[in-house]
Amino acid sequence: MTSIDLQAKEIKPTRNTFTHVARYIGGDKPATRYQEATFGAQPTQNFHYRPTWDPKYELFDASRSAIKLADWYVLKDPRQYYYATWTMTRARQQEAVEANYHFVEARGLLGRMSDEVRASACQVLMPLRHVAWAGNMNNCFIAAYGYGTALTAATTFHSMDHLGIAQYLTRLGLAVDEPGILDAGKNDWLNDPRWQVLRRLVEDTLVIQDPMEMFVAQNLALDGQLYPLIYGSYVDEHLTLKGGTAIAMLTSFMPEWHDECVRWVDAVIKAAAAESPENKVLMSDWAKVWSDRVQAALAPVAEIALGEHGQAALQETREVLNARTTKAGLTL
Amino acid sequence: MSNVFIAFQSNEDSRPLVDAIVADNPEAQVVYSPGLVKIDAPGRLVIKRETIEEQIGRPYDLQQLHINLVTLSGNIDEDDDQFTLSWKH
Repeated sequence: MTSIDLQAKEIKPTRNTFTHVARYIGGDKPATRYQEATFGAQPTQNFHYRPTWDPKYELFDASRSAIKLADWYVLKDPRQYYYATWTMTRARQQEAVEANYHFVEARGLLGRMSDEVRASACQVLMPLRHVAWAGNMNNCFIAAYGYGTALTAATTFHSMDHLGIAQYLTRLGLAVDEPGILDAGKNDWLNDPRWQVLRRLVEDTLVIQDPMEMFVAQNLALDGQLYPLIYGSYVDEHLTLKGGTAIAMLTSFMPEWHDECVRWVDAVIKAAAAESPENKVLMSDWAKVWSDRVQAALAPVAEIALGEHGQAALQETREVLNARTTKAGLTL
Repeated sequence: MSNVFIAFQSNEDSRPLVDAIVADNPEAQVVYSPGLVKIDAPGRLVIKRETIEEQIGRPYDLQQLHINLVTLSGNIDEDDDQFTLSWKH
């Protein structure tokens, strides 16, 4: 009888990662999936043709932004999202939202809310579908015209997140009321004078030409005030006290998502501003101008949502945003 | 003082764990063998949730480490924020 001798044999890989990744992480070390999916993925040369619609620029051109960076991969995402980690995270959150819908519907919680709370929730949240859609378009713009995969991959995810939020709001409207509520929200968005300042601001962001200015305007100034005001002060504090806990459950994704994204947005701004005094001045100007405009545009919305307490809540949100902006290295 | 140790499957999930352990335990020795990564430390080894979260940039539940845990030695003291191996009773 022959005996079989089993042994573990170690096979060392010839190299640990791709050469173009090794350049960014300081030598041939084991790299994370995020690093391998991100570093060196931006096409940089041999474009052959300039875009016929805008021949000033190459197809991928860092000079589309006034922000100058020696290496655009410094705009790393602290969440380390590449396609797999991002989809897995969002899938988990989607399951949680489904569970909340199930809980609310199985117990008929929406029917137990007062008409006043129901009407208020629809009046405030339905027009925001259009704001979320603009957030989708604006982040798509950064993904298309920005430079460096670290930034453009993350903004692609961010743009899909905004679309998801618009869909969650639609679903909420359909759960709380009849489909006509969506049209009523659109009508308010287009015609109610109290929404027109915000609509004008949002439409102005849609035509920003500089991807980094877009990042500051949309992801820092607008989201940084809209989400804490609406999902923090309004839904989680105001509505909940009035018996609207079901609304807070059905919008639970939004504040959670916003808290997560704050870390990414701040990290990108911090890295870009730290590169040079010029970047810092430019971004500080953008942050100031857009934050002021957003605050003014949200003033009537804060009043619809929170009545006489609206302005105080908005001011509080602005102060939190200012603290974030300063911490990220900008001056106000 | 005798060592404590902990071993994980060597994969993408355990990499930030190992990095966090190395950051928090300067005396820890990391040994890679096929499919396995074993970390020895004299007397005491601590795994902190906060350090892992810094590595991965998102919230982490320490119970997740059990998914890739292979073996360990030492007495365990754990709560939501840390997981410590030592020979203390």
